[in-house]
Amino acid sequence: MSEQSIQSAPGVNFDTPAVLRYRNVRKIKDKTARYGIATGGLGVIAAILLIFFYLLYEVMPLFQSPEVELERSYNMPVASANSLYVTMEEQAEIGMQVSSAGEAVFFNTEDGAIRKTIALPVEPGVTVTSAAPMAAGNNMMIAGLSNGSVIVFKHEYRITWPNDQRLITPLLTFPYGEEPIVLEAGASLDKVAVRDAEEQLIVAGASGSDLFMVRFLKEEDFLTEEITLEREEVSLPFSGAAARSLLLEPDLNWLYVLSGTDTLTQIDIRSGQPFVEKSYALTAGKNEVTELQLLLGGISLLAGDSNGRISQWFMATNAAGEDELTEIRSFQQGDAAITRIIPEHRRKGFLALDAEGVLGLYNTTASRQVMTLSVTEGVVDQAGLAPRADALVLGTGNQMHLWSVENEHPEVSWSALWDEVWYESYDEPEYIWQSSASNNDFEPKLSLMPLAFGTLKAAFYAMLLAAPLAICGAIYTAYFMAPAMRRKVKPVIELMEALPTVILGFLAGLWLAPFVENNLPAIFSLLLLMPFGILLFAFIWDRLPLNVRTVVPEGWQAGLLIPVVILVAWICLAISGSLEGVFFGGDMRSWITKDLGISYDQRNALVVGLAMGFAVIPTIFSIAEDAIFSVPKHLSYGSLALGATPWQTLTKVVLLTASPGIFSAVMIGMGRAVGETMIVLMATGNTPIMDANIFEGMRTLAANIAVEMPESEVGSSHYRILFLAALVLFIFTFVVNTLAELVRHRLRQKYSSL
Amino acid sequence: MKITVKSWFKSGSPWVWMNAGAVSISVVMVVGLLALIAVRGLGHFWPASIMTAQYQVPGQSTQVVMGQFADEEEIPTQRLRDAGIQGFEEQDLVTRQLLKVGNRDVSGSDFAWIIEPWLDNIQYPEDAIALERREWGNFYGFVKEVRHNGAVVATGSEAWDALNASIERALTIHNDIYKIEKKDIGAINSKLERLRLQQRGLELKGEATPVALADIEAQRAELNAAYQVLEKSLGELYVSFTRDTVVAETVSGQAVEINVSKIVRAYQPNAMGLGGKIAFYGSKIWEFVADDPREANTEGGIFPAIFGTVMMVLIMSVIVTPFGVIAAVYLREYAKQGFTTRVIRIAVNNLAGVPSIVYGVFGLGFFVYFLGGQMDALFFPEALPAPTFGTPGLMWASLTLALLTLPVVIVATEEGLSRIPKSVREGSLALGATKAETLWRVVLPMASPAMMTGLILAVARAAGEVAPLMLVGVVKLAPSLPLDGNYPFLHLDQKFMHLGFHIYDVGFQSPNVEAARPLVYATALLLVVVIAVLNLSAVAIRNHLREKYKALEV
Repeated sequence: MSEQSIQSAPGVNFDTPAVLRYRNVRKIKDKTARYGIATGGLGVIAAILLIFFYLLYEVMPLFQSPEVELERSYNMPVASANSLYVTMEEQAEIGMQVSSAGEAVFFNTEDGAIRKTIALPVEPGVTVTSAAPMAAGNNMMIAGLSNGSVIVFKHEYRITWPNDQRLITPLLTFPYGEEPIVLEAGASLDKVAVRDAEEQLIVAGASGSDLFMVRFLKEEDFLTEEITLEREEVSLPFSGAAARSLLLEPDLNWLYVLSGTDTLTQIDIRSGQPFVEKSYALTAGKNEVTELQLLLGGISLLAGDSNGRISQWFMATNAAGEDELTEIRSFQQGDAAITRIIPEHRRKGFLALDAEGVLGLYNTTASRQVMTLSVTEGVVDQAGLAPRADALVLGTGNQMHLWSVENEHPEVSWSALWDEVWYESYDEPEYIWQSSASNNDFEPKLSLMPLAFGTLKAAFYAMLLAAPLAICGAIYTAYFMAPAMRRKVKPVIELMEALPTVILGFLAGLWLAPFVENNLPAIFSLLLLMPFGILLFAFIWDRLPLNVRTVVPEGWQAGLLIPVVILVAWICLAISGSLEGVFFGGDMRSWITKDLGISYDQRNALVVGLAMGFAVIPTIFSIAEDAIFSVPKHLSYGSLALGATPWQTLTKVVLLTASPGIFSAVMIGMGRAVGETMIVLMATGNTPIMDANIFEGMRTLAANIAVEMPESEVGSSHYRILFLAALVLFIFTFVVNTLAELVRHRLRQKYSSL
Repeated sequence: MKITVKSWFKSGSPWVWMNAGAVSISVVMVVGLLALIAVRGLGHFWPASIMTAQYQVPGQSTQVVMGQFADEEEIPTQRLRDAGIQGFEEQDLVTRQLLKVGNRDVSGSDFAWIIEPWLDNIQYPEDAIALERREWGNFYGFVKEVRHNGAVVATGSEAWDALNASIERALTIHNDIYKIEKKDIGAINSKLERLRLQQRGLELKGEATPVALADIEAQRAELNAAYQVLEKSLGELYVSFTRDTVVAETVSGQAVEINVSKIVRAYQPNAMGLGGKIAFYGSKIWEFVADDPREANTEGGIFPAIFGTVMMVLIMSVIVTPFGVIAAVYLREYAKQGFTTRVIRIAVNNLAGVPSIVYGVFGLGFFVYFLGGQMDALFFPEALPAPTFGTPGLMWASLTLALLTLPVVIVATEEGLSRIPKSVREGSLALGATKAETLWRVVLPMASPAMMTGLILAVARAAGEVAPLMLVGVVKLAPSLPLDGNYPFLHLDQKFMHLGFHIYDVGFQSPNVEAARPLVYATALLLVVVIAVLNLSAVAIRNHLREKYKALEV
């Protein structure tokens, strides 16, 4: 019918070309808008999801298993039988072998082509019998000769960029001269060790069961800054079987000698007359120790035995208060004897090879066997690891194999992050967060426990203040307060929420912390006196004659109490000094530290609790107030009509109905307290300690990210662990908020059905 | 009506009162906090009188002290005894004053704690002067003479007027120097840098023909010539700048010669009337809002921080508004309502509760290192290895905060959309409008107050947020503003200063916290005021719009 009427409308044509065109344009516009908005909308939502996935993407590599792959095989530049030592330079482009003929042979690790051969200053007829690096990650080496001398040298690599191409030129340097140092004329040195320290250079060697050591004291000429060495012979007290391993500890306190099946002799070399400190049976005589090495940093000893077990030892104080070598942890590679242990140059990790050709990657801090892999059938004769631990050369027979190693984050494991770890130089396992230090051979301590503990501690003290104040305030505002006053109070609380946390943090750190320190008795007397003062005033007020009380209408009690609160606070402050004089010997702070023995930081959990509590109050308040206010009115009217007092109605009817809402308010408040950064950053000393003491500080996950993220190296384990901390925070708050949201949603449905 | 305690407790009335107490405590806390910030922040600019007094520590010779009163507190005498200070065995408490004694170059520290009972003969000499200096903080003392090029030109009572004239002159020269150094030389440097990049770009592309290089070289020579001219006039200005010196005497009688070029302001607070003090106060506040910081941010103004904050918030608003609105419109108007939209809604809602530092971590990892690194490789290869966008900066900070505030805008807009009655939409559709037309002409205008609310909340949050910014682009001292006269005018890749971070940095990382403290209070006050004003003005706009569209809502 309508079509007819349109068609019959005189003089109006709805299908002129212009109108049709216009209609088309509108249609296209509509379509464009539809798809544009859909794309945009979905894009925005995807962007939000991206946060989660990106954090996950950055964290994932921590848990990826490493990859070790065979890259190349070629003939060994120096045959196994003549090779004493093999290593690689920083870029893993050039390898070096030290041959018994006294040559340092540099070769391409790609194809084994010899780049350069440099002869060590060895007299004709003398052969090199042993070679050892000074320490993992150090390019100083020592070669022991068959005539009882040693040569100390460095293998160095000069990088130049001719035609924008990197060119690495190897060279040998002799920091203490090319002349071999005579250790014991005529003795063929099977084992040698060297340590170059600030003030002395120590060279040690073993020939069978005879040990020799020479100490050179360094003297610097003031004018020329030239260093001259002053030789000092040291005789070592050692008797026993042939020495199979000789290790010098970096601080030059100890010389470790392995002999017999598993006897480790610890010799004190601090003085001119060394003496045997103690002897240890590393496997209690059960197995033969087949390999002994120092871990990076030289604090830990790694002992591999004939049963495939590798144990880590370092000096720790035992229960009796004596320092002794202690077995810290052990790893089991297989059943075959461990033939080689190669410490990594930059991390507290090592590689182990056993008699069956199995390669194992380990990290000691994480107490983690990262992987094992069978690399060959039999014994690996030669093995060298690149400084970056990204390449490995293994020699079996006369074949050399280049392996690539991708092992980015061995120091991370569940136990390293969440369990107590026995760190080097500590006397017992502990939870410690200490991610970086100045020196290279530092053991990163990456336990998240102190941070998680600090986070919960801060949140707990904040909630202790915020939850009662906010919930009580919400109850009163929603249920008892006069509407006119409610309209005034709510914006004040909203303003409280809008206050930037950096301001709260700054006030907490610079004003509140010293204030609390100086007025400790006032803070604690406030806790006691405030409820008492309010009750006292209330009691007096309720006993006043009716005509006085009606001056202030019902629902304005909060207004009346404001002067009371101020007065009580003022009284507490005023008597603070006298209280200190009477009860605490004049100064409560020193009373706490001296008489109670509790340590006191100026920026402590109490300050954080107060400041963060302040920040959390509005969050809890507004959600709880909303929940209580929207309890259907007929419920409370019914209760009041049945004769219940307002208080009874509140506790028995209103609060019961609204309790899920209050619960979710507390959860959301908790979520905010856990993630809050600036207040904690500014109001605590940020020391990652695990102590529930209210007078000590803490470091939270969020503050830790803020402090350490800018300095963290991109892609390092530390960087990824910080991402992990962020992911943990993200998931925690997300789950808590979602739960709270679901609770509120169900509550709203319940209200609408009532 | 007499009531007993027992029946009173039974009535439940005390508990009601206790709940009321919670509200009172909260209100007192908020108001007290604001008052504290306001008093401390505003009090800093008032020219306090300079006191001289004799200070007699028992068992030591009498000293003369001079300075401005800064703070006062009562401390237990026990603490003094612990610190080895004797003399108060009888009493429990003693008052001590914090005196700003200045003269850091002479005495080593700006502040001194003075035990009040030991003060004697307190005076406020009219001719006591305070000199605000560009380094070493304030100087307190008495003017003796003014010298030009070492020759005495005024002594005694004339010295003060001569000093003022000298300072006036030095400040004018300082302005000229500032203009040349920052503006003219800055512009030349920026052009030179651009030429360098241009040349490197040509080399990378393999288009470095001799003609092109000669052209660049010619431009460079021209700029260098201009630079030489400027440098010469700068040298002359510096010579005349350092012409005058003033000889002043500290209260202990030590004469100090100070170059007038180092003085920012000289005043005699004890001689000022109320009017003079108010004028001084005004000029100090203006300096605070409009000037650059001095002395590692502990003196001077905070203009760059205000500017940086405003820029960041503006860029963030430009990004967050369209995206937030589009997402909300999609969720409410176009998406099929069901389980998925509900899940998305809860997720978006909860993102508002995710700690801000998490956004900072994301911004650093994704925007700065990932996106920024890619952009550098694609668009700015000539600047590598120095990163252009691959380092924290204004754009990434704005983007990160846009992401942080996105949920706020989405939630607020969606709420506005959901309040528009269905009949309005259906009416529009029935009249033949397409869905897009309905949206554009009817729905969005009606929802605009809600969008405005969302944007306001977003801005208020962004202005006060510090934790994520610490990771994605804020610095303690930016060499130049992110917006200036040098191409490309808006420097999105630059780092910037921010009010919130300024508070954190000056309050906690500064070497001289005691001296910086009043300035931090003032900055905090400004931040609170900015956020309050943002909120209020936005609420006003919202109410205005709501009135405008009220007729439609019926």
